[in-house]
Amino acid sequence: MSESKNEIKHEKLDPVHYWRENLKWVGALLVVWFLVSFGCGILWVDQLNQFHLGGFQLGFWFAQQGSIYVFVVLIAIYVRLMKRLDKKFTSGD
Amino acid sequence: MDLHYWTYLIVGLTFALYLGIAIWAKASTTGDFYIAGKGVPALANGMATAADWMSAASFLGMAGLISFAGYDGSVYLMGWTGGYVLLALLLAPYLRKFGHFTVPDFVGDRYYSKTARVVALFCAIFISFTYVCGQMRGVGIVFSKFLEVPIFWGVLIGMGIVFFYAVLGGMKGITYTQVAQYCVLIFAFTVPAIFISLMLTGNPVPQLGFGGHVVGEPGVYLLDKLDGLSKELGFNSYTGGIKPKMDMFCITMALMVGTAGLPHVIIRFYTVKKVSAARVSAFWALLFIAVLYTTAPAIAVFARTNLLTTIPNQSYGDAPEWFKKWESADLIAWQDKNKDGKIQYTQGAAFAGKPVFLGSDHRGKSGERLLANVPTEGANELFVDKDIMVLANPEIAQLPNWVIALVAAGGLAAALSTAAGLLLVISTSVAHDLVKKTIDPNMSEKEELIVARLAAAIAVLIAGYFGLNPPDYVAAIVAFAFGLAASSFFPVIILGIFCRRMNREGAISGMIAGILFTAAYIVFFKFIRTDLNVKDNWLFGISPEGIGTIGMLLNFAVAFIVSAFTPKPPREIYDLVNCVRLPEQEGEELDVVEH
Repeated sequence: MSESKNEIKHEKLDPVHYWRENLKWVGALLVVWFLVSFGCGILWVDQLNQFHLGGFQLGFWFAQQGSIYVFVVLIAIYVRLMKRLDKKFTSGD
Repeated sequence: MDLHYWTYLIVGLTFALYLGIAIWAKASTTGDFYIAGKGVPALANGMATAADWMSAASFLGMAGLISFAGYDGSVYLMGWTGGYVLLALLLAPYLRKFGHFTVPDFVGDRYYSKTARVVALFCAIFISFTYVCGQMRGVGIVFSKFLEVPIFWGVLIGMGIVFFYAVLGGMKGITYTQVAQYCVLIFAFTVPAIFISLMLTGNPVPQLGFGGHVVGEPGVYLLDKLDGLSKELGFNSYTGGIKPKMDMFCITMALMVGTAGLPHVIIRFYTVKKVSAARVSAFWALLFIAVLYTTAPAIAVFARTNLLTTIPNQSYGDAPEWFKKWESADLIAWQDKNKDGKIQYTQGAAFAGKPVFLGSDHRGKSGERLLANVPTEGANELFVDKDIMVLANPEIAQLPNWVIALVAAGGLAAALSTAAGLLLVISTSVAHDLVKKTIDPNMSEKEELIVARLAAAIAVLIAGYFGLNPPDYVAAIVAFAFGLAASSFFPVIILGIFCRRMNREGAISGMIAGILFTAAYIVFFKFIRTDLNVKDNWLFGISPEGIGTIGMLLNFAVAFIVSAFTPKPPREIYDLVNCVRLPEQEGEELDVVEH
């Protein structure tokens, strides 16, 4: 569908690069997603629990609070990144 | 004012609001009915998704589960929020770009196969019914405990309301009532939490309060106090878990992936205008969900602390009023094993299974209700149903009556909004995927709309039946739906988007292998040989709650192997996948695709 419209003035991102760029961001964000929840919240919880954040043991905090905050931030970042990428793809810049 | 009047007033007002919205948002086309005409703003869709998502299990069950499980309860917190990251990054935008009505639609077209569509269709209906059981039971609990109407009438009223706005308004009606229901439920959930947080810790923000100091005991952190209390009474420490890491890992993964694969959640992302709006609305959805999910562990800690400071070693005669109220509702039970008239509360079950009461006139020496259950050897004498923690919490903390009434309205909002979303998936699956796309493709839109409404009506009746004959705990039964969604939909959709080579044969065999394995494992341990349901017998030490993770891996593996030995998908499928991966071009309208 995009081939027919490719002869535009600005340098538009081609579909292959768009997709590659997208995968790169998705991959990076999913690494963080995995680290905060499965990493800090489960696998390393005992080590992290030796540190404290106020009255929270750090590992416990990640499992019941921190990971959720990070999830929200991750989606917010993805929305922003993709907004920019979509713009490059549809109108060039 | 009396609690009764408050409850009738607040519940009545919220119901009137829902009905008003239903009349305002009446659906007139199948597009309206299935996906609200694709005209829902991202913010409103986020709110509706949050209400759709947060069920009776989240509202009533989860804080209670965590309250008893402590750190081990984190699986629910991470599992039921982390899935939204997967949804936003891996599923929602692409499914929106694809732009049909349902998940079976995507599966059927992407895998160019009626069989795939029908398999997906039955998975969707099965998952939705598993899930809807929990909701109707939630409606039943709230009605019978707060309005003191028999469960039968409670469920009937709930069915009537859902019937009205789901059948009349379809997705459009449901979406806008869900926006209202989100506001009601989040207000009802956080207000008591703020009150209790202030009372216990002096901090009005529950998320910070449960990591703060205890009021009146300077220098003592609330969590340390709770850990101390738990150990003193012989419980495990609250902040340290006992579940093996492997099981924690698999349950969290199954819940996350299951969340991303639940048809009633995915379908919400079909209702927005653009691909980018699907991403934005996933963000809003998780933000709104996070408000409840970060408050729940705080409520769990407050409730646990209150319970452990007021009940153990208290004589029954001096036990607070709420204790007797919930005892008369069959949800608290006490067996005076050592005949000292005091309530001993410690690790271990007081007796096997749920309490079976002898009848309200059979009273023990202290005035407690007598049980038919055979007591266990253990020292624990107390049974507390996990589901009551959120409902009883305001009473335990002696909050004003209007707050207690508000919690009742919130619980109903949570249960009704989720039930409505599920019923819509069931009716859409039947009317659109089964009747229109599989049996009678020549059906007119008007006829399809009639079938959809009829299917919704029948689904309401079946859900009502489950509400009257509830299976197991609210949250536990819901956990199964996740295992099944994780092992069927999630892999098939991911492969459909990210792996162009995946063909019909691979997808179908993967789905069947995944769901059969997962269902067999759960049914075996939970229904056939419940006596064998212990860690030593589990595969790799993974409980039935976490087995969806293995089911998902199995689905992926089978799909890859089978597709490697079978023909490539046709050329059009490559083009379809390529198109789904890209955002819409300028000027390109994503219209409702009528087939």
